[in-house]
Amino acid sequence: MLQIKDLHVSVGDKAILKGINLEIKPGEIHAIMGPNGSGKSTLSHILSGKSGYTVTGGSVTYQGKDLLDMAPEIRAREGVFLAFQYPVEIPGVSNIYLLKAALNSIRKHQGQSEVDAMDFLTLVKDKVRLLEMDEKFLYRAVNEGFSGGEKKRNEILQMAILEPKLCIMDETDSGLDIDALKIVSEGVNSLRSADRSFVMVTHYQRLLDYIKPDFVHVLAHGQIVKSGGAELALELEEKGYSWVEVDQAAA
Amino acid sequence: MTTATASRYAAEYQTIASSLPGQSLPWLQQLRREALEQFSAQGFPSPREEEWRYTNVSAIEKKLFTPSLTLTAGYIDAEWVKIHQLDEAWSVVLVNGHFSAELSVLTDLPEAVLVMSMAEALASHSDKVENYLGKAAPHKEHGFIAFNAAWFSDGLFVHVPAKLVLDRPIQLLNLVSDSDAIATTRNIIIAEEMAEIKVIEMFIGTDCAYLTTAVTEVFVEKNANVTLHKMQSESDKAYHFGGCYIKQARDSRFTHHNFAFGGLLARCDIHVDLDHASECELNGLYLGAKRQHIDNHTRITHLKPHGISRELYKGVLDDRARGVFQGRVIVAEDAQKTDSQMNNRNLLLSNDAEADTKPQLEIYADDVKCAHGVTVGQLDEKSIFYLQSRCVNEETARNMLTFAFANEMVDKINIKSFHDKVLEQVLLRFPQEGVNKEWL
Repeated sequence: MLQIKDLHVSVGDKAILKGINLEIKPGEIHAIMGPNGSGKSTLSHILSGKSGYTVTGGSVTYQGKDLLDMAPEIRAREGVFLAFQYPVEIPGVSNIYLLKAALNSIRKHQGQSEVDAMDFLTLVKDKVRLLEMDEKFLYRAVNEGFSGGEKKRNEILQMAILEPKLCIMDETDSGLDIDALKIVSEGVNSLRSADRSFVMVTHYQRLLDYIKPDFVHVLAHGQIVKSGGAELALELEEKGYSWVEVDQAAA
Repeated sequence: MTTATASRYAAEYQTIASSLPGQSLPWLQQLRREALEQFSAQGFPSPREEEWRYTNVSAIEKKLFTPSLTLTAGYIDAEWVKIHQLDEAWSVVLVNGHFSAELSVLTDLPEAVLVMSMAEALASHSDKVENYLGKAAPHKEHGFIAFNAAWFSDGLFVHVPAKLVLDRPIQLLNLVSDSDAIATTRNIIIAEEMAEIKVIEMFIGTDCAYLTTAVTEVFVEKNANVTLHKMQSESDKAYHFGGCYIKQARDSRFTHHNFAFGGLLARCDIHVDLDHASECELNGLYLGAKRQHIDNHTRITHLKPHGISRELYKGVLDDRARGVFQGRVIVAEDAQKTDSQMNNRNLLLSNDAEADTKPQLEIYADDVKCAHGVTVGQLDEKSIFYLQSRCVNEETARNMLTFAFANEMVDKINIKSFHDKVLEQVLLRFPQEGVNKEWL
């Protein structure tokens, strides 16, 4: 699904990612953890195509294609989905319109015809129920006036409808109370499948209680300093990030 | 403007003076004479005056605009007029500043409601007109109002008696079809106690240069409710001055939706005086492209306690267009507990476009809530990236966001037929891919 090889990324003159290697196979869930400023968000931004970063070395291959060569919207149409840490408010554009426009661009990209209006409505309403959202949200402007929890649920709603192959979740759990976290996690778990992969970028271990990762990687100072199974997250929780940072310094 | 030019206009005035309506009314003759004297001495406003500092109207000098000598509306394609007439509305049509009875639709008006041309009102209800003309828009205010008072050839007169709620809107359709014409119109709208009315002013012209000066005075009596709409889609060679002056009595409500799309140079004044616990809401949208200059000047004066004012003006400026917003809020010493909010937001789509914005708060009372905010900028890059990450290409994302920015103001209109007309005009400005009515 995704191969990241020796990836180096800078912002201006400052190196942020200093040689990341990561391989993600279909169906796997990878958690990327790390202290603030370790480069976690940069990694999710660079994968989704946000501007303002310079790739100074290495490569990212997605389904055999050079991901870094694609415009953000092409990545999205190819099945890469970024769930934002801070979803953006778009006054004047309704939620349902954006969902329909997005779904139709994916279908067009795949050579399919536009979605039937009735089928679309049925699909959307099913997913709205799954995420325990009010249908009124569909007709409101994208994220405008939504609470923090509502914004994050809205991201998962979009993910559920667009059915991406690679889901990148950037700090989806931060700012969520426990009830909202459960709903969001259930939504994500319902999307797990043998051909869909997840990259969960998170600062806290709590999310991983609800969505069990196959692999946990610890990012510090722009490098993956430790990788392991789900148990690594628990160890981190117990010992704190200073443990791996000290480890790295010693190495 | 030099007084020489003013004199030229004043000399020209003599050729039409005897054909203007209200010849037999001494009070009106007196008013016109005073206004003419003032105009001859001062001419049109100059950028040296603080309230005109961003708008130079001297180009009107170089043009030879002439008032139409005939008293009739002149020939105009009736089918073209019908396109602009709103369904389910009473419609008063003025062509080149003159009332056209055959194009206007005034059947089935409720008894006691007066909707007629200003010339007719001066003939049949001159005492009523005398009580109001110039009371909200004194000609001493500036040269355009003086010019208008002296020159006006016709207009709209509306009087709605107390407690009457008019269920259909009244449309005033101003059309100009003659090159180099001057269309000078004066309108009076009176809603007596607890009356409710909706009025729509539309300005449309054929593709030529001309000068429109329209002054509307609105009197909202106690607890009455008036919603006034204006859509200015003049030809892109035209000069437009449109002033709207509102006097609100105690507990009254007034809402204005102001759309400025056309004209080479367009200036709109909206001045509101608020009495005890009265409320006003001013909404505006201006779209400028090419070399257009669009100026909106608003002034809200809170004279008494407990008044509420809300104001939101948005501008989208492309090419070398220039948008001007001056918003003054004055809170008099007596106007305690005033609650006022003013906002102006501008979107610049090109490096050569310009927005001049000047909010002014003058507060003489000490227990008030007043806020104002101004933004001038480009589209938000975060929003563009968000849409891109949802499969929308960058250009479409930009079009979507620009249209959505403008459409927020269109969406505030409650009259379906007018809403659709305005939306049509906005869509003309956004022919690009990605702009779709389905959005809201």
